[in-house]
Amino acid sequence: MSFLADNFPLLRDAFLTTLSLAVVSGICALVIGTLLTAMRVSPVAPLRGAATFYVEIFRNTPLTVVFFFLAFGIVEIDLQFPTRFITAVAALALYTAAFVSEALRSGINSVPPGQAEAARALGLDFRQTLGTIVLPQAFRTVVPPLGNVWIALAKNTSIAAGFAVTELTAALQRLTNENANQLLLVFLAIVVAYLVITLPSAWLIGVIERRTAILR
Amino acid sequence: MTTSSVLFDVPGPRARRRHRIGSLIGGLVVLALIGVALWRLGANGQLDPARWSVLFDPNSGVPQALGTALVNTLKVAAVGMVGATVLGALLAFGRLSDHAWVRVPVTAVIEFFRAVPLLILILFCLLYLPTIGLRIGAFGALALGLTLYNMAVLAEIFRAGLLSVDRGQREAAFAIGMRKWQVMTVVLLPQAVRRMLPVLIAQLVVLLKDSSLGFIVGYFELLRQARSLVEFFNFRFGDLYTFQLYVAAAVIYIVVNVLLSTLARYVERRTRRNMKTAATEDVELPADVQMGGGGGIATP
Amino acid sequence: MRITRYAALAAAAGLLLAGCASEAGNQAEDAAENTAAVETDVSFDAGTTMARLNEAGAITIGTKFDQPGFGLLNPQTGNPEGFDVEIATLVAAKLGIDAEDITWTETVSANREPFIQNGQVDIVVATYTINDTRKQVVDFAGPYYEAGQDIMVAKGNPDDIAGPDDLAGKTVCSVEGSTPAQNIRTNYPQAQLTTYDVYSKCADDLRNGNVQAVTTDNVILTGLIAGSPDDFELVGETFTKEPYGIGLKLGDTEFRNFINDVLEEAFEDGAWAEAWDKTAGDISGTEAPEPPKVNRY
Repeated sequence: MSFLADNFPLLRDAFLTTLSLAVVSGICALVIGTLLTAMRVSPVAPLRGAATFYVEIFRNTPLTVVFFFLAFGIVEIDLQFPTRFITAVAALALYTAAFVSEALRSGINSVPPGQAEAARALGLDFRQTLGTIVLPQAFRTVVPPLGNVWIALAKNTSIAAGFAVTELTAALQRLTNENANQLLLVFLAIVVAYLVITLPSAWLIGVIERRTAILR
Repeated sequence: MTTSSVLFDVPGPRARRRHRIGSLIGGLVVLALIGVALWRLGANGQLDPARWSVLFDPNSGVPQALGTALVNTLKVAAVGMVGATVLGALLAFGRLSDHAWVRVPVTAVIEFFRAVPLLILILFCLLYLPTIGLRIGAFGALALGLTLYNMAVLAEIFRAGLLSVDRGQREAAFAIGMRKWQVMTVVLLPQAVRRMLPVLIAQLVVLLKDSSLGFIVGYFELLRQARSLVEFFNFRFGDLYTFQLYVAAAVIYIVVNVLLSTLARYVERRTRRNMKTAATEDVELPADVQMGGGGGIATP
Repeated sequence: MRITRYAALAAAAGLLLAGCASEAGNQAEDAAENTAAVETDVSFDAGTTMARLNEAGAITIGTKFDQPGFGLLNPQTGNPEGFDVEIATLVAAKLGIDAEDITWTETVSANREPFIQNGQVDIVVATYTINDTRKQVVDFAGPYYEAGQDIMVAKGNPDDIAGPDDLAGKTVCSVEGSTPAQNIRTNYPQAQLTTYDVYSKCADDLRNGNVQAVTTDNVILTGLIAGSPDDFELVGETFTKEPYGIGLKLGDTEFRNFINDVLEEAFEDGAWAEAWDKTAGDISGTEAPEPPKVNRY
């Protein structure tokens, strides 16, 4: 077990990097994804088209390819992110936003049309209907799917290892090289670190889901 | 888009004019951005036809290499898909079992493989399994990793599919004296499978995306092949073709996936028209599963 | 059928582009010819690895696919090319195995030892530094070349880096799992180390100004500079010794002695220098150095 003690600083920093990658890009993805969703249900056709196009492209592109382009492609249009951590956040956020939007859209579709019709009958306009009637209910039904998107995002941060961010998977690769005789222990340590993020999240989602559940 | 139509009035003449102006401005902004991007690309010499011609010149070996790589990508995805479908179906039955000693371990297996990053699974197959005598190459490690996590995802989808068949059918089947496995195989499964087909195709898209992780374990799928070509040309021509080769790999991925997604939607429309599936509810691929890498954790 | 129309359009554009031959395509004929003379009349003691491989008439060799001058996959032939490949082909020839009967497997830094241990490859010739940690799990024949760690910077050396001590406070790139990365981490902790899985990404980052230097074995850097002589340059002198050996299964002393004999013979009869001249030497423009002394430990 001595290798755990020897490499504690590395493991701790890697864990914190993974966590901050997931949190920061998660928040960004939520913001972008919500905007995309609003565009997708808006009355302006070009907005709908643009948002749908965005989602379609990202749904059909491997995350690794997104990383590649933000890391090495956009240089060709004279753009560059200041650090590799920010590159990773941008890639994860842009990619995940498409799926946040998917989750929100299915949430909106789950709100019975009668609710929106009633709101419209009361004279609420698009913004009011969406903001006070549909979205508050949609957000509740999308807690589990959104939570799952977050967990998937936390796991997807592992791809940043290929792009010079020393997070948990990068730490794993370094440790497997240096401790070839204790492979199982190295994998165990890293897997536990990921579970520390994913399992409590899953539990929390369950709790929130039960608290906010609405009877229909 | 069932609700969106009731969210707003049909726009009147003034609103329509406002939308038109807004769209025009928005369109101009987008065009300007694309223009700037193209201009910068051009200024950096990336639009030079000689640079792009390498992708189509058989003498350079690039079209052949990318073709082989596409086949490799499809191959590993196909193997992963078949393995995951079979194992996933078994796990789904296991999770629906009446016996706790089957249900509990199966649930644990499903949850575990959905809680661990795919890349870690693949690295584990590549680095650890050989040390206990399981010979596994890059292809094996990738296919096994894809199988393991997809079986967990598909198990949940199958379970949802089986449960989506109208309850009355199951009750009726039990009422005429069928045993549990008969109800499963004769009544529920045939209906569920029809419903599952578009979802399975959609899952294939996810699998294809995830196969790009092969570039980390040295399997020559599209991205790894593109990188290998880049390295080869780098050494003779500098970064002359780097951008073009990566764009080519990305475009191939997107085209194949868009085609598959289109196929999934087509099959879905066909099944929906078919009255025989009326007894099942829609099963959709959850957003987190579409993200690849196993998605989130299945909520019970 | 919009899709068909798009496909037709794309195909037309492709044909148009194919019309103008690419520079890469024109150089396809330059691929190096392999000339190692294959032994036809050889016999080995029964039960040895040599006899087994000779009998099978085939061998699986692990090498790098991404290192110009040593082992670089040529997409036009589907085979790797470089000094490592030449050396490995020499060994195969002495076993009576044709170059066409060699199966090349990519071995990256992270999987060389497991691949040897479980027999997925018969030997590894892959810029593989001999060191004591690795000797505990695999055996090494050779060395057949001695490289050393060096530093590559942007052309003109804008940050005035003359040696490893100048790396303090600078961003430097290397590959995870390599001995040079480990060396920087342990002996030059002031340098800010960025690690990728391959050197081509390091080179990209240096070109884009994301890092200020790239460090690894001098011969690998030479290969990177060969493609972009206007972008990169080497600085200073090498500051470590990296003897490259041929990895094989632990305890197979007969096979190790055989490979050592092959190497010494190649040092003597000029085959080694010839291999150098047409690969790594061709890139760096340097004469073949004095061959190293084989270490029969």
